[in-house]
Amino acid sequence: MSLTTDPTLERPEVKPLRMKQGNARRRQNSDRVLRVILTFLMVVASIPLFLIMYQVIQRGAGVISWEFLTAREFPPAREGGGYAAGFVGTGIMVTWAALMAVPTGILAAVYLVEVGRGPLAAAIRFFTDVMTGIPSVFVGLAIYFLIIANTGFTFGAFPGALALGVIMLPIVVRSSEEILRTVPDELRQGSLAMGARRWQTTMKVVLPAAAPGLTTGAMLAVARAAGETAPLILTAFGNINIITDLFNVAIGAVPLQIYNGARQPFAPGIERAWGGALCLLVLVLTLTVIARYIGGRFNKIGNR
Amino acid sequence: MTTTDTPAPPGPQLAGRGLGRFADRAFALVLLGAGLSVLVILAAIVIRTTVDAWPVFQYQGFFSFITGTEWRAGFSRNEFTGTYGAFPFVFGTLFVAGIALVFALPLAIAVSVYIVHYAPLKLRTSLSYVVEVLAAVPSIIFGLWGLLWFVPTFIQPVSNWTARNLGFIPFLDGPVANVNYFHAGFVLAIMILPIITALTREIIAAAPISEQEAAYGLGATKWEVIRSVVLPRSFSGIVGASMLGLGRALGETIAVLMLVGGSQRYGFRLFFSGDTMAAHIAATFQDAAPETITALLGIGVVLFLVTMVVNMVARGIVWRFGFKATGDAI
Repeated sequence: MSLTTDPTLERPEVKPLRMKQGNARRRQNSDRVLRVILTFLMVVASIPLFLIMYQVIQRGAGVISWEFLTAREFPPAREGGGYAAGFVGTGIMVTWAALMAVPTGILAAVYLVEVGRGPLAAAIRFFTDVMTGIPSVFVGLAIYFLIIANTGFTFGAFPGALALGVIMLPIVVRSSEEILRTVPDELRQGSLAMGARRWQTTMKVVLPAAAPGLTTGAMLAVARAAGETAPLILTAFGNINIITDLFNVAIGAVPLQIYNGARQPFAPGIERAWGGALCLLVLVLTLTVIARYIGGRFNKIGNR
Repeated sequence: MTTTDTPAPPGPQLAGRGLGRFADRAFALVLLGAGLSVLVILAAIVIRTTVDAWPVFQYQGFFSFITGTEWRAGFSRNEFTGTYGAFPFVFGTLFVAGIALVFALPLAIAVSVYIVHYAPLKLRTSLSYVVEVLAAVPSIIFGLWGLLWFVPTFIQPVSNWTARNLGFIPFLDGPVANVNYFHAGFVLAIMILPIITALTREIIAAAPISEQEAAYGLGATKWEVIRSVVLPRSFSGIVGASMLGLGRALGETIAVLMLVGGSQRYGFRLFFSGDTMAAHIAATFQDAAPETITALLGIGVVLFLVTMVVNMVARGIVWRFGFKATGDAI
């Protein structure tokens, strides 16, 4: 009555699993080949992007000096001088654009999350998406015809800031909406149960809870606006003098000065363009990295 | 045990007194106003530009404005004297964006697949982080780098070699201009690569895990899982993402402007020095006479229509796919 004699329990001959059968070798080889190809493509894709970083830093670093940050630009063939006009102009326009677009965008997002229902909210959401897709040069054209061609304003910081604000607005709305949706409903219910009004709940509970995420969205929008060139050609127009007026004087911006410096033949102007590019890159990447850092911390807290 | 007096039901106090009663309604109105501002701004932009561009469409005829091949700017203040056929720019826009997409899309998919499925675990988050940060680099920097370093030292020799050795193919023949469709398209491809990758990575990462595990359980290799589960499942999402990238490429101005040439003509050659809609607007706006500015607005309206169609189709696909394309990447 030994078990081994039972024919039903006789195990069929099984080849070891490690032994390749049929087309296994071919399949495994093609898998390996693909891994190599994909790794190679990853490296290829990252080379130019890191080359940009490297070269902007390498060629721009020598240009940055106190003078570059504080002096206005000289004619392209002359050494020295700097992008102060651009820094001031970009600063003014981006600040005003942010002051217009960030509160409006956050309130619009609050509307979409807390109040808006039905087709109107759906339409706002859809057209916000549409707005993100508008080419920035068309925004410039539109602001030119809305503000400059048909009213008393001329080129200057105000139309420039409006154009940048229109570019920022949908970015702020989209990211804020996403963030506000992650605020847990318990917070709202708790606040309402304590007797707070809706507006108190929103202003004192929901918005503070979402503040880090909202900051992330706003900073990414600012980073985007600071680097825009095309709309400013049509609205701010550019100026090598330092302008602090908001209205009716054409004003400079860093991207505009880079553009003008890069397309003329004299070495000093080209060098300054690299310097300006480095400043712009540092500004935009700093904003982006800080924004992502804050956003990342917010996500961790939200997921806890 | 003393019986406590049950307090009287609060009654009217809960409804609030004074102005407080209206606070919520006022607040809702403020919010509504902010929400409506998006619609108002968009409507103002669309109406103003259409109304102001109308004269040039009337003068030239909308159809011949798009298909006309001669663009001769006029210098008049109150009337139209030039010839405005924007086809060279329409063609250039589509051509350059097409070149950019041909290079960027396969690479973006490959990079996304690598990041999601092949990269060492430790690298995965930092790689997708780097991709998102790179997507924020302003286009003027790509333009500067392309014009002053990348094109003269790298792409120009490649183009020259191609035109010399493969020039018998009509599409690739010389002469190679310093700035041309191909150079603009290639730098544009580098620029939109992180933007598309940020989207496709998200889409590929969202392919259903259970189906992938089922395929692994059936003995599929990693590549087979990617080919037969991940990619088919992400197909419509990738189509949507690439169309969003196309929308971005169509509207891109400054990097293209610095590299495309600005010749007001067109040619079905890779190395032809042409112009795109956005680039032509930005390049000639500052020196244009009033009638030409109106004509440039006409180009702008056409560009707007094209990008809107592309974007709406893309959003439709991506939405149906259940994705919210993150705002900052686009």
